[in-house]
Order: sequence, then structure tokens, then C-alpha cells
Amino acid sequence: MSATMTSTSAATYRPRMSDQDWRRIATWGGLCALFLILVSLIGMPVGLDRRILIHPVLSLGYLSLLWIPLVLGYVVSKHVVLEGMAAPEPGARDLVTGLVTGAIGGVGLAVLLLGIDNFNIRDPLVNWSPQLLSLLTYERSLGFGAVACIAICAFLGLVGSSIHVVPATVRRVVSFAAYGLLLVSVLESAISDLSEGFGLEWLTDIMFAKRGGLTLISSVVLALLLGVLSVVFGGRVKSATTRYRELEGLERQRASTILFVVVAALCIVLPLFLGTIMNELLANVGLFLLLALGLNIVVGLAGILDLGYVAFFAVGGYTTAVLTSADSPFFAPELHFGITLVIVVVIAGITGLVIGAPVIRMRGDYLAIVTLGFGEIIRLLFMSDWLKPYFGGAQGITNVPGVDLGFATIKGTDPRSVFYLVLVFCALAIYISWRLQVSRLGRAWMAIREDEQVAEAMGINTVNTKLLAFVVGAILASFSGAILVAKVGSVFPNSFMILVSIIILVVVIVGGMGNILGVLVGSFVLIGVLGGPRQPGLLQEFQTFKLLIYGALLVFMMLKRPEGLVPSARRSQELHQEEFLQDVWLKGEDHEAEEASEHAAETGPGGDEPPT
Amino acid sequence: MSHLLEIRNLKITFGGLDALSGLDFHVDEGEIVSVIGPNGAGKTTFFNAITGMVEPADGDIIFEGDSIRGLEPHQVTGLGIARTFQNVRLFPNMTVLENIMVAQHCRTSQLVFGALLQTRAFKREEEEIRARAENVLGFFGSRLIGYRLEQPAFVLSYANRRRLEIARAMATQPRLLLLDEPVAGMNPMETAELTQLIGKLRTEWGFTIVMIEHDMRVVRDVSDRVVVLDHGIPIAHGSYDEVSTNPDVIEAYLGRPAERHA
Repeated sequence: MSATMTSTSAATYRPRMSDQDWRRIATWGGLCALFLILVSLIGMPVGLDRRILIHPVLSLGYLSLLWIPLVLGYVVSKHVVLEGMAAPEPGARDLVTGLVTGAIGGVGLAVLLLGIDNFNIRDPLVNWSPQLLSLLTYERSLGFGAVACIAICAFLGLVGSSIHVVPATVRRVVSFAAYGLLLVSVLESAISDLSEGFGLEWLTDIMFAKRGGLTLISSVVLALLLGVLSVVFGGRVKSATTRYRELEGLERQRASTILFVVVAALCIVLPLFLGTIMNELLANVGLFLLLALGLNIVVGLAGILDLGYVAFFAVGGYTTAVLTSADSPFFAPELHFGITLVIVVVIAGITGLVIGAPVIRMRGDYLAIVTLGFGEIIRLLFMSDWLKPYFGGAQGITNVPGVDLGFATIKGTDPRSVFYLVLVFCALAIYISWRLQVSRLGRAWMAIREDEQVAEAMGINTVNTKLLAFVVGAILASFSGAILVAKVGSVFPNSFMILVSIIILVVVIVGGMGNILGVLVGSFVLIGVLGGPRQPGLLQEFQTFKLLIYGALLVFMMLKRPEGLVPSARRSQELHQEEFLQDVWLKGEDHEAEEASEHAAETGPGGDEPPT
Repeated sequence: MSHLLEIRNLKITFGGLDALSGLDFHVDEGEIVSVIGPNGAGKTTFFNAITGMVEPADGDIIFEGDSIRGLEPHQVTGLGIARTFQNVRLFPNMTVLENIMVAQHCRTSQLVFGALLQTRAFKREEEEIRARAENVLGFFGSRLIGYRLEQPAFVLSYANRRRLEIARAMATQPRLLLLDEPVAGMNPMETAELTQLIGKLRTEWGFTIVMIEHDMRVVRDVSDRVVVLDHGIPIAHGSYDEVSTNPDVIEAYLGRPAERHA
């Protein structure tokens, strides 16, 4: 069996150099040029140029252009290999494909340079600017700039296509080093913050240049280090995770406990060494994680596409503000945060029921539109003159006290304390999501998501079950709202724009729907790195382009990886198991076949009874 | 003795079309009754009406002596009527085990707090659900148990999906099982095996069965009675031999001989 397998995979042919698919190259090259011009004209290179990644050579602005020929060079030279069909052997031909594609993109950029130099259309195109010109020409002559653009883009296209050609080990080492460098330079502020906390400033002083960014020497050293690391540890991480997955019963439990203790200890200890900005960032990530976990139950498990989720966030926030603030305009009992929280749960639950009851009988698109409306209605109600005597209208409610714990007060000026509060609630929300997911109720939610009509026919009261999902989601969101208000010390209707709902939904989708780990990763990547609707992330420079990137990411994920960044463990485990079982089965069959042939040889032809 | 399920003068209309016009039908405890008829005769609509998925325009449906007309589908399932679907409709992204576990929803009761606090009652119920699920799946031999339990339903072969659908209906612990073309698309070997299993569903599990089927050999082998529908009206009923020689039935299936027109 193995012989035939190798023979099918070895069925390749060596394509001739001249055998190029020029139409494909032209398409992708054109696309490359289009992307480069688009990114230039929306102002990314100039806007992001201040953030330096590697001191004299690479800024985030340049990176916003350079990835395009690289990725497109990779894509254009990739071949779809059909099962059982002969595949072209990767080689010099593919390199030429990538090179030409990149060069066409570079020509596009060069044309843009000529255009900027000769015409002035800054009126409609704000970024049609001399700054862009000087950036793209490296502050030299136009001719130099044009040639440099074409050469660099062609080179990057070549590098992109060479990914298919080089041996797998080289590919792994280089990509690991590149990803590592990118990560370190992006996380610069976090790393320096952390090293300050540990008293290791000297290390970051060596690593990073004064104006920000890795120095050239340290990036080379780091790349080498990462390359060595990938050789030494290559494959070990993967085998460790598979080993962990194959553990069973008590051992599995023990391994999980250790993992849990380590993660918990990290979460508790790490913030002590972090500065204000990083703690603030983590607290924001936590707040959005809390929201995303709630929405994950509604959308990911029960399949109810709720676009007005921000409503419950607002209800939690306003309830807390009214009950704790001394400046609440109508009713100011100034309760303690702990008592408030109980009332918040009740009110959020009731709101969930009230909004859910009419909405829940609808399906799909109708439901999405109606919830979208309810999300806005709640915000507009808080903003309205009608309810101004109760909620303060556009001025909101200010002077909300922090959380008094007796020995300490949790409030926004001390982000570390807020982080710990958020951590507790996130842990609670993760526990709730996890337990519900593997319960009778969680299974019913999943069944409704899969096929509502059949779920109903299998004895599930779909209306009540969906309402329950709505209510649980509402309660988790209201926790987040309550903490946000206690943290910020005030509440305004404009903190609850529709954008919040959409960003949480993107976090859930990009992370991986119905998957707690996916939601975790999604909130760290999106809120932590890119930033929330108002909260800056690690790449603060992206503020202006955040929505564009969110949108692009969403489209990309829907097309290429609808299961999210972290596909559910079950699926990959299942596939692994399937392969394994298939192997066993194939071996078994081989064995039987051998036996059968031996048997046939013994008895001779025609000795067996014909099969019935 | 009163019938397990009795249907009186059932009428269902879609717009101006009478899908069922005045159907009378009954099943007794322990019977296997087949419903046959050409395409569009109203067989699946008949099932949909019993399970509450479509609202009858007229007539009554009586199960164990009480009318179930107008009940929600989940209430009907709760009373003890379970069905399978003609075009297999599993929960594809749930595992085989979960597909069966979720079908026991109406026989179990734990909600949010049991799951969150991991109460003893919750754990016991989960164990029972799991045990019953494995018991039901075991009915189909080794096909749906072992490593298959944790596989998502979408990876199953066609025949296994059909089996899983039947298992799911069994897991709701019904008294009356409605099978909508259980062997459609199966090969002769699989069909023969499932025919045997349908018999066992009655003898070992005590289900009463109403089955829609096009495969006449299966109909002949398992059914006590056969009802033939055409254009929403029962045109014949009786034993397989009576029905299969009935000229009206032959006409409904094959059309009228040409010379009669002349």
C-alpha cells in the first residue's frame, strides 16, 4: 500500500521555463499594483512611518507596503495539486512567476510616483502628497525611487515564491525567525514595560534603539537565535501538544491541572511587573473578552445572530452608575458595588427576556436586523430628553465611585486593580461557558444552531432554550458594563455605539465561533494588538486604520478560514484520529489480502466457494 | 381496545392545494404499518401533520386517547412520537454521541444551575444520558460506537447517517416511531440488514412503527398492514398481498393502460 502512495505523490513533472501562465501573472501583478497604490493612497505608509520596527531600515509604514508583493508572490506561484494528478515540480519557473508579479506591482507604484511628481490632485486624494513621494523615493531622486520600487517589489515577489521552492527545514527556520522578529518589534512596548518591572532595563536598552524599534545588530542576533531555537525545538511543541491530547483519564486530569495552575499563576503574578499602560491594556482586553464570551454563547453556541449585543453592555453600565453614583440625577441610593452587581444581574436578565421575547421567534436575517435596531434603541433611549431626568441624557452620569473592597479600592486610576477584577469575572465567564457547553442545555443550543426545525422535532422547546441563551449572554455583557463604568467613573450613551456590537462579533468570528480558546485568542489579537472601539492597542498607530483592518480581516477569515484562528480542538483531534485509524485499517487490509493470496495459493484456483 | 394513534378526516391545504383531503388512519400498539404511494401523494405531509410541524385545516389526531392536534412539535415528541427525516437531517457539527444525547432533552430536566454547580443530580443525569445513548447506538452493532462516538456526524457514511437518524429518534424514548424512507439510498446488503433491525425495533424495543417506504421488498418483509395514498386520499389498505394486487394501486403507480382511453 505504501508503495502506491509514494508513487502517487511522486507523480510530478518538471515544467519548462517558458511554460508560464502569463494571464495569471498579469492578473496577480495587476492586483499587486492595485493594492500597493490603494494602501499608499489611504495614507498608511506615511501615517505609520513613525513607528519603527527595525531601527534604520524598517518602519511599520514600509511594512504596510512590503507585505503585499511578498504575499502575492507566494500566492501566485502556488499550485493547486489535484489528488492523483501529476503536479508540476516547484522550481525556477515559479521563482520567475513571483519575480514578474512583484515587478508589475512595483511598476504600479513607480507610476504612482510619477503621477504625484507631475500632477497635483490633493483635493480629492489627501494622501497624494510630497511626503508619500519622499517616503517612496527614500528621499532621493525620482528615478532612483522608481527603480528601487520595482527592484524591491520584484525581489519580494521572488522571496514569496521561493517559499515553495526551498526545503521544508529552511522554510521553517526562516519563517520562525521572521515571525519572531515581527512579534518582538510589534510587542516592543509590552517587552520594555515587562523588563522594567523585572529590573532588566539594560536588556531592552541594548535591544531597542532610542527612537523605538530593534537595532540592526540586535535584530540580526535575535533572528539567528530564533533560527537556532526553531532547529532545536522544532516539532517538540507539536509532539508535546499531541502527547497532551492523547493522555487519558487521570493523567490527562493531572496535566490539565498543572496547565491551569501555571496559567493562573501567570495571570496573577505578571501584572505586578507591568506598568500602568500595559495593565490598562490588559484590563480592556478582559472587558472585551467578557463581552465576547457572552456573545459566543448567543452566536457561537445557540446560533442567534445578535447585532445589538451592546444593549446589555449599556444596561449593565447604566444600572451600576445609577445605583452607585452620588450624582445620579433622579435616584441615587449609592449602593456598594457588590450589591449593585446582584441587581445588575436581575435587570440584565429581565432586559434579555424583554428584548428576546419578541425577537427570538424570528430567524436568520430578520433576527439580525431587529436586534440591530434594539441595540440602537437602547442607546437612543439613554440619550433622549425624555429619560434625561433619570439618566442624564448626553451628559451621562459621572462621579461613579470605584469598587470599595475594604482594604483597597478598585478604580480606573489603578488599572492593575481593575485588571484583577476583570480577571475574576473572565474566569467566571469561562467557567460558565465551559460548563454550559458540555451540559444538556449546551447541547440543546448547538442542536438549535445546527437545525432549528429538527431540534424542535427532537423534543427541544426552542423558544425557551433560545431565550435562556439570550439571558445568559445578557448577564455576561452586563458584568462587563458594570466593571467598565466603575473603572472609568462615568457613563455616557456614546460609549455604547453600534460599533461595539460589531467589534465584539468580529472578535468572536475571527477567534473561532463556539470555541472558548478561540474567543480568548481573538480578543488578545484584535483588542490587545489593534485596539477596541476607543481603547488603543499595542499598535496605537493603527487607530486610524483600525476599522479598515477589522473589515479586511473579517472578509479574509470568511473566505479562507471560516472556522476562526483557533479551530476547535475536537475537529483537529478527530482528523488526527481518522488518519490513524485509516492507517490501521489499511494495514489490516494488507494483512488480510496477503493471507487471502496465500490461502488462494494453497488451495489453488477455483478451490474457494464463490461468494454469496 | 382504542388505537394507539387514530387520525380522523385529516385535511391539510397549502394555499389552494389539498395535500391531504380527508384521511382516516389508525395504528394499534405493536403494529408496523407502511404508508406507500407515488411521489407527491402526501406521505411526508402526513408525518409532518402528526408531529405538529404543519397545522391541519380540519380533522383530528388522537394519540393514546387524547387529541394532539395543534401541539408544538416538541410537545408531540414529549408525548412519545418520534420521527426521522426523508432527507437525512442530523446535527452535522455535533458528535455522534452528542446527536443522541441531545435527543433525550425532553426526558431530562437539568438546567443552568445544575451544570454550573455540578450537583450530584446533574452528574447522575449526565451519566444516565450517556449510558442510554451508548445503549441505543449499540443497537446498530459496532458501526456507531467506539471511536465513532466522538466523531462529528458529518464524517459518517450515508448509511451510517441514516442509522444515526433512527438512533436519534429511538433516543427520545417514543412509543410510536415514524420512519420516513429509512432505507432510501442504501445498497441491497444494507437494506436487508436494516429490514431486520426494523423488525427488532418492535420485538426488542417495543416500538409501534409507521413507515413510509418505496422499497417494496422492505414493505413486504416488515409490515403488518399497508396503506396506499394517492393525491392525499387513501386508495387502498390491507395486507401487502391484498394491496399489491389491487388494480387501483397499480394504476396509481403505473398509470392507466392506454387502450382504456380509446
